[in-house]
Amino acid sequence: MTLQTDLMVMLPELILAVGAMALLLTGAVVGEKSAPLVSWCAIVLLALAGAATVMGPVHAAAFHDAFIADGFSRFAKLLILGGAAFSILLADEFFSDIKLSRFELPVLMLLATLGMLLMVSSASFLSLYMGLELQSLALYVLAAFNRDHLRSTEAGLKYFVLGALSSGMMLYGISLIYGFTGSTAFSAIASVTAHGAGLGVIFGIVFLIAGLAFKVSAVPFHMWTPDVYEGAPTPVTAYFATAAKVAALCLFLRAILTPFPGLIHQWRQIIVFISVLSMALGAIAALGQKNIKRLMAYSSIGHMGYALLGLAAGTSLGVRGVLIYLAIYVATNLGVFACIQAMRRGGKAVEGISDLAGLARTDLRLAVLFSMLFLSLAGLPPLAGFFAKFYVFLAAIQAGLMIPAILGVLASAIGLVYYLKLVKVMFFDEAADALDSETRFGSRAIMLLSGVVALLFIFAASPVLNAADAAARSLIP
Amino acid sequence: MSLPLLSLVTFVPLLGAAAILALPAPSSARWIALGTTIITFALSLMVWAGFDPANPGFQLVEKHDWLGGGISYHMGVDGISMLFVVLTAGLMPFCIAASWESIETRVAEYMIAFLVLETMMIGVFCALDLVLFYVLFEGGLIPMFLIIGVWGGKRRVYASFKFFLYTFVGSVLMLLAIMSMYWYTGTTDIAQLLDGAHFPPAMQTWLWLAFFASFAVKMPMWPVHTWLPDAHVEAPTAGSVILAGILLKMGGYGFLRFSLPMFPSATELFAPLVFTMSIVAIIYTSLVALAQEDMKKLIAYSSVAHMGFVTMGIFTLTHQGVEGGIFQMLSHGVVSGALFLCVGVVYDRMHTREIAAYGGLVNRMPLYAACFMIFTLANVGLPGTSGFIGEFLTMLGAYVHNSWLAIFSATGVILSAAYALFLYRRIIFGALVKPSLQAIEDLTAREIAILAPLVVITIALGVYPKPVLDVTTPSVAKLISDNKAALVADKMHKVAVISKGAVQ
Repeated sequence: MTLQTDLMVMLPELILAVGAMALLLTGAVVGEKSAPLVSWCAIVLLALAGAATVMGPVHAAAFHDAFIADGFSRFAKLLILGGAAFSILLADEFFSDIKLSRFELPVLMLLATLGMLLMVSSASFLSLYMGLELQSLALYVLAAFNRDHLRSTEAGLKYFVLGALSSGMMLYGISLIYGFTGSTAFSAIASVTAHGAGLGVIFGIVFLIAGLAFKVSAVPFHMWTPDVYEGAPTPVTAYFATAAKVAALCLFLRAILTPFPGLIHQWRQIIVFISVLSMALGAIAALGQKNIKRLMAYSSIGHMGYALLGLAAGTSLGVRGVLIYLAIYVATNLGVFACIQAMRRGGKAVEGISDLAGLARTDLRLAVLFSMLFLSLAGLPPLAGFFAKFYVFLAAIQAGLMIPAILGVLASAIGLVYYLKLVKVMFFDEAADALDSETRFGSRAIMLLSGVVALLFIFAASPVLNAADAAARSLIP
Repeated sequence: MSLPLLSLVTFVPLLGAAAILALPAPSSARWIALGTTIITFALSLMVWAGFDPANPGFQLVEKHDWLGGGISYHMGVDGISMLFVVLTAGLMPFCIAASWESIETRVAEYMIAFLVLETMMIGVFCALDLVLFYVLFEGGLIPMFLIIGVWGGKRRVYASFKFFLYTFVGSVLMLLAIMSMYWYTGTTDIAQLLDGAHFPPAMQTWLWLAFFASFAVKMPMWPVHTWLPDAHVEAPTAGSVILAGILLKMGGYGFLRFSLPMFPSATELFAPLVFTMSIVAIIYTSLVALAQEDMKKLIAYSSVAHMGFVTMGIFTLTHQGVEGGIFQMLSHGVVSGALFLCVGVVYDRMHTREIAAYGGLVNRMPLYAACFMIFTLANVGLPGTSGFIGEFLTMLGAYVHNSWLAIFSATGVILSAAYALFLYRRIIFGALVKPSLQAIEDLTAREIAILAPLVVITIALGVYPKPVLDVTTPSVAKLISDNKAALVADKMHKVAVISKGAVQ
């Protein structure tokens, strides 16, 4: 392995790293006026990275197996890049509307995305931690980006303090695992733990899972989510809810399934536990929310619970289920946040659920789209969200997780109440003052795309299923 | 491969909905919706014409790849499902016509919701794949939720939520059962499952209960029927017609399609439970109906009682019982739909459904009184109307199975005569004393055009039920013989297991 071949394996990451530096310099030289230009360049860079991912090697390792490019990382990277590109598009329009356009924002998002790509490609705990921290540091700043805003700075600080704590826990877990197995490489750990392991490793896994659960905002490590979702600027929240969730969950999958397949009985009970709790809390706590971004935070906690059920299955079918779940989740959530960003009255953003009252009377198209996306998130057929849940539960049942599956569908019935409530507010209630009718081009395109995916997934499901299947098999043959 | 008739009859309404999306003006929306539903009805009659009654298997089958892994787009009808397709397609034009003037706000959206709902309902009866079935079964909830919630009465929010949540909770358990069946057999193809699948009795018990949770709510059976009166009262007239006419039938259809043939041992095990629930439904809800002040609520409770006859008949597993159950569902679809339309007629004039607000209508509305009379008597089950055939056959089946069952259910017949005639007397007869009713008009031409065909069908089926029974008989015979054979196989299996244990 020469350095050159190693670098070629991580071409998408290189494109983002070099590009982000170049854009930072451009911004520094040209000044604040460069924000739109930098945004569009960032989107082009993400597209280039996507192309490099698609054309890159199907299975290759680099840097002494610390970095791996396989079908699983390819699927995850495409989702991350897509989520990031559309979030930057939303951010450009959002910040130019409130006259806070800054070139640092797209650069930070690029750097966070770079961290995410490293996360899903890492094959050793060291590279994992490196990618994770690169991502987290950029995200802390992004959460606080609306710096004149009390809520936003609070969100950033809260995220930082709790995130640092969870990183510490994870690092402690990693050090325990390293101490008891003698390696940080996933494959080496897998061979050591193939036939069981001592208490030290189990201890390490518990801390590792605690740290990872924080990143995916699973109960009981979810407390930061509502505040950060509410406080962060809407497009940044969209970024948290899509790209960051994909990266964290795919990292979760790889960091548990690759090094510890022999310990499935030990970690499965923990995953089942946090999965069921997340589903339940996400559904119940969302019932009382009045702010739509806060509601989306609880909804995302619940959704992570469903996705973790696929991990608990511990099979390639389970991984396939999670990947399908994430693909549909990203597509739907981008649309929802584009709709939330379009909620403006008299030029000012509004976030209350009551602001949506009677939307069907004032802006029927937005109301239909919004409700469709919510019902898709609720998992109602024939919308896309149903198939997301379907494949996760299918894998869970195959793995014999009947009780968690039953609890899961009951939680989804509770969750349905708050999604229906949103539909009720929009369709049944008397109209509040009309929202501003003009929506920027980018948001409109995202809404449309997302709506099309939610509605028509049923007709074009098999390519996604096959791609997810191939990706899952590269993680668990 | 000829015309994909079942796909056409299922998806033509969706095309109509798309057309309304393009031309959303109220008048064009109405005409497009009416035209679409009439075309769909014509297509469903072509399905009937192309159907070979002598063949008990699935006909007009279409099969295409869909999700892969044994889950396909598979459509087909047999003698059990075919007439439900015709019933659904046949009721829809009446619903559209009944909403012609009474729906004034958001007409285009209303028509779209109805057409989407029609696609889902017809699809449910045609689907030969469990996942496809589930998608369509649940997909109908969203348009119905909107129909009740947007165009409904005062307590529409409560009613629509209750409707949605009750049916949803039942259904998700069925979804898990479908998944278990998939992993046990490797397919969700209904035709294959009916032919060869054999679940161990213990597993059957759980699967049966999960399916029962869904269908019992949909049916609805006592004690999970409480969503129905609320939904009926708040829904607009056409919504009530669809609810009583079609949606309730999905439960009975589900029992016939899945519970009986796929889980025979569990069916035998739980039959007493079903009988008890049916008898309670027949007697208790009839008594409740007797005490109602609201016309729609009264008819809603009478629907629950009539569905009690259906479940009782189906689970006797006798030829008469099952066939009577199917006939009762079809007849009730027409009759209860017509009764709701009759309520809609006076509601459109007076804007109240309270029985006390009426009286003596025969003086001003003789034509209306005649129509209402025929449907009331059909609801009671008077010989010569379609209601009689179904009720008689189910009771015959019940008598063969267990005479006590027949005796208890017969009290239901008496009670149904009591509440139906009591309702009729209070509304139609007596002196026309209420000042608000002095100027009430008799049926308009549009209303006559709606009710007259239903009168004809009600009486025609009561006098000459052969066309319907011809279609259902072979499939019902196959259903029962398959069920008996599977039951014997299950018992042999059990004996084999026990004797094996004894030898060891």
